[in-house]
Amino acid sequence: MTLTATAPPRSTGTPAPGRPRKSIWSYWRFYLALSPFYVLFAVFGLYPVASTILLAFQKWDGLGPRQMVGLQNFRFLIEDSTFWLSLWNTLVLFVMSTAPTLTIALVLAVMLNSAIRFKGVYRIAYFIPNITSLVAAAIFFAAVFSTNFGLINSGLRALGLPTEDWLGQPWGIKIAISTMIVWQWTGYNTIIYLAGLQAIPTEQYEAAKVDGAGPFRTFFSITLPQLRPVVLFTVIISTIGGLQTFTEPQVMVGETGGADQSGLTTVLYFYNTAFRANDYGYAGAIAVSIFLLVLLFTAINWRLFRGRSTE
Amino acid sequence: MNRGRGILLHVLLTIAGLLCLFPFFWTLVMATNTTSDIYRYPPKFTFGSQFDDNVRHVLENVAFFSSMANTAIVAISTTLLVLFFDSLAAFTFAKFRFPGRKTLFVVLLATMLLPAQLSVVPQFQTMVAFGWVGSLKALVIPAAANAFGIFWLRQYFQNSVHDELIEAATLDGCGFLGVYRHVALPSARPALAFLGIFTFVASWNDYFWPLIVLTDPDHLTLQVALSSLNKAHGVDYSMVMTGALLAMVPLVIVFIVFARQFIKGATEGAIRG
Repeated sequence: MTLTATAPPRSTGTPAPGRPRKSIWSYWRFYLALSPFYVLFAVFGLYPVASTILLAFQKWDGLGPRQMVGLQNFRFLIEDSTFWLSLWNTLVLFVMSTAPTLTIALVLAVMLNSAIRFKGVYRIAYFIPNITSLVAAAIFFAAVFSTNFGLINSGLRALGLPTEDWLGQPWGIKIAISTMIVWQWTGYNTIIYLAGLQAIPTEQYEAAKVDGAGPFRTFFSITLPQLRPVVLFTVIISTIGGLQTFTEPQVMVGETGGADQSGLTTVLYFYNTAFRANDYGYAGAIAVSIFLLVLLFTAINWRLFRGRSTE
Repeated sequence: MNRGRGILLHVLLTIAGLLCLFPFFWTLVMATNTTSDIYRYPPKFTFGSQFDDNVRHVLENVAFFSSMANTAIVAISTTLLVLFFDSLAAFTFAKFRFPGRKTLFVVLLATMLLPAQLSVVPQFQTMVAFGWVGSLKALVIPAAANAFGIFWLRQYFQNSVHDELIEAATLDGCGFLGVYRHVALPSARPALAFLGIFTFVASWNDYFWPLIVLTDPDHLTLQVALSSLNKAHGVDYSMVMTGALLAMVPLVIVFIVFARQFIKGATEGAIRG
């Protein structure tokens, strides 16, 4: 999201040229108006973040004194196979959920854009999964994938196919979790893409029609390039959300992450390290690496999409 | 478009819509039947008459209504505080100049990049120090103002509040707060509505932080209570699904009432980006 388009505000608080410069105290109202956010951020944002970064270089069980240990936590992190497993799980879940979500969303949005009636009703129905509580949705999807009476297994039985112990095996867990994420986020992204499609000037489509371009050429040469900033937005939102997946596995398969720890995401591992094992220093190191990962992925997305569009 | 393709289009769009809504239907089926009705093949697809019993079981096992009341208190007070603090800051950023304005705004944007995990451990220690562990204050106060809302409303104020109006109000003798109340707030109603619903929904569904900071099992929010119900009585599916249903429904109703405004707001943010 860029801020370049904002015009400099003309304002009653600006000293007009020629008038004597006002003292900084004359602006107190403005600073007071801004202060709630910055005070809260200092106490509940800046201080804890700085403290976590310091914590990443310390050993602390939450009760005794903090002990500086240098890079020990990070050295341990690099050799910790559970950490790498959690990272792998997070990335696999991210791909397994984001790829179908954004693809289906784009198809639905194109379809919705060409529909004339009932648009409003569809939009509300598609948005509802996104405002549904994660905990309730996770309970629901755990029931759907349940071995004994789950709908999926009932469906398989009805088709004469063998049933699966979905939540009892590694890939089943990943499929169940990503199905839930796809359900929760496809509609949201559809609505975002639809708004992007509606913002494309119709003259471009008319010009393409005159040139004799078919629906597929039109889609790939006009629709997709025009949608690029919107796609960037959805990819960044999905990345930030995907790298922080926690509630789905925690509710569906529990804090261990289930069979082979297949549902153990990095944030779940962080939670266990901090609030179950009380190993706060190591948890700090995990938190710092999650943050760096979010920054890295956001930067990659940005380059992939923005880089090409400026050429 | 010819007629056949039009019908096919609506069939596909309707299937997608039904898939979105199916969990609510199926949750209702499970919540109105007994667990043994659910545990059978072929599954029962019709509503039963066990809803009252299931609700009673939920209430026996968790303090459901007090959790819901806690959630409502947190969501409503967070929303009101966010609307007030964010709009005041956003209006200041949008319409006034003062030393340090740019720097402060860049700091505000940067804060949006920080993931929750990065602050949660020391934040918990802060709550211990303040004596707020287990208290609803721990949920409301840290969330009382946020960068997203200020960023969002600032754009709105810039585009919709004209400087002439501010000047006129100032000439009429309005001070800073007067201009905020009589000029800024009335013209930002749609944006405030979106931010309000957004904050309310996020607060209602919040799970990670309440799970950590609410330590008293008799004093939880809905999401944490639901999760602990699921953990302790996961085999009693009809009861757990009843709990899930009760936790989802109020929010869905709030959403449907405000849906148009909310969706409009949510998409504007993405498109403008």
